[in-house]
Amino acid sequence: MEFIVISLVKAAIVAAVLMTTLAYLQWVERKVIAHIQLRMGPSRVGPHGLLQPLADVIKLITKEDLIPPHVNKFFYLLAPFLAVTMALLSISVIPFGSEVELFGYKTWMQMTDLNVGVLFVLAVSSMGVYGIALAGWASNNKYALLGGLRSSAQMISYELPMSLAIAAPLLLANTLSLREIVQSQGDHLFAWSIFKLPAPQLISFVIFLIAGFAETNRVPFDLPEAENELVAGFHTEYSSMKFAAFFMAEYANMVTVSCMTSILFLGGWQPLFPVSLGSNFVAPALFALGGSLCLYHGLHPARRKDRYTLPVFAAIFFGIALALLAPPVARVVMPLFWFAAKAGFLLFCFIWVRGTLPRFRYDQLMGFAWKFLFPVAVLNLLVTSLLVAVF
Amino acid sequence: MLDTIFFYLFALLVVGGGILTITRSSAVHSAICLIGSLVGVAGLYLLLHAEFLFAVQIVLYIGGIMVLFLFVIMLVNLDEAARERQFNGQWWLALACVVVVGLQIAWFMRKGAGAFKLAPAAAAAASAAKGNTEAIADALFSEYLLPFEIASVLLLVAVVGSVVMAKKRI
Repeated sequence: MEFIVISLVKAAIVAAVLMTTLAYLQWVERKVIAHIQLRMGPSRVGPHGLLQPLADVIKLITKEDLIPPHVNKFFYLLAPFLAVTMALLSISVIPFGSEVELFGYKTWMQMTDLNVGVLFVLAVSSMGVYGIALAGWASNNKYALLGGLRSSAQMISYELPMSLAIAAPLLLANTLSLREIVQSQGDHLFAWSIFKLPAPQLISFVIFLIAGFAETNRVPFDLPEAENELVAGFHTEYSSMKFAAFFMAEYANMVTVSCMTSILFLGGWQPLFPVSLGSNFVAPALFALGGSLCLYHGLHPARRKDRYTLPVFAAIFFGIALALLAPPVARVVMPLFWFAAKAGFLLFCFIWVRGTLPRFRYDQLMGFAWKFLFPVAVLNLLVTSLLVAVF
Repeated sequence: MLDTIFFYLFALLVVGGGILTITRSSAVHSAICLIGSLVGVAGLYLLLHAEFLFAVQIVLYIGGIMVLFLFVIMLVNLDEAARERQFNGQWWLALACVVVVGLQIAWFMRKGAGAFKLAPAAAAAASAAKGNTEAIADALFSEYLLPFEIASVLLLVAVVGSVVMAKKRI
């Protein structure tokens, strides 16, 4: 009974945080892309456009839910459901932090720990391709079909280097459970898989990230929805919440790839340098810095209302910094902070790359996967297993 | 209790999916039903505490092979085949075959009834403590190393052969 209640509470928290992240990730993306292109980005709805995600959700829900007459109805309705379910499912095995004790209950900051966690994530993400492929086929539209076909070919091709890139750090960790993989890495930079002796996994980290970009259909691998040749690719015929489901699936996949990268290569919730050297003070220092900036600009206001709003935010930031200094709070929040920092940085990289790189041509995409990425991944795996076996 | 319910659920999925695979007239529908059947098999593996087989079943069969099936079906124009009659009136021959094979199976099961018994509980507990993946790796790379390697060579031959046959000039 207690187990069920705790699991339900954890599921509710994870679902709420994930949904908020998905909504605001889109805001962050629009803002970052805008600043890369020297624009302002969304700024009308709320301060700095912060209420834009809410407005978008209302728009998507109230839009007309159109089902074109020429589609295969069953699969047309099944496809977005499948895509979003598979995308959200894999978050259930991701460990966000170490064991915590709250109100007398001891629990892990993870929904469930499978002893084949890595394979589970791979399996679920490989089933996500059906959502896209079926959407393309059921739409009964040649642009949608081409988009769906491109995406299935791309995802199968990039799954191979991805699996091989995952296998290399698993040799170091010697387990398939995501929690134990994090525990096998130490609490400083050179004990993470990416730099860990005897076999630093820098190459497989890069391969995994590239394959992750391709698996999530992001720029420069967004061929399935290349708008200048395929209208909108597999989701051409979708509107309203069914379109939103595909959108959510893409962002949820981005979150999953970022979480998996930080768990496999960047030490999960482990800090950048040991607690004994003061890694617990990084988060309070960042908040204090933010607070001081707000205070400075509040005292030298550019606009009249800044004189009142910015000092309020400064007080909030200083309050958070002080709260984080308290040991009981730090014990719970610090692992979450380091995990979120790593995953957040990787998510920023996703957006950064989108603002920087043009799209691949289709034959380049396939050639890159099979003729470059795959051999390099095999070679890396062989070298890693040799090093692990010798040392 | 719960295990039994799930067993019948997955069994229904396997058998139902299999029957629908051969009776649907649209090739895409057949492929989707086959996927349902394979998901059922994966679920049965999970019920038997073979987590590794469960994951591999999904990654390889559902995430790999069936995607390629679907890929080919979507590319090839199958409208003509779908319009043709699916049942060609040889049901009496099929029935005779089914009866003969059924009798054969029944006879062998009667003859070898002594061989059917549950695995000793001790072995299952040992493999659970050790971890399913390690147990499979141990068996595969020590006891069954030769068959494993022969199978991989066979697959390599098939891959090379298909490339040679498909390409006119290498």
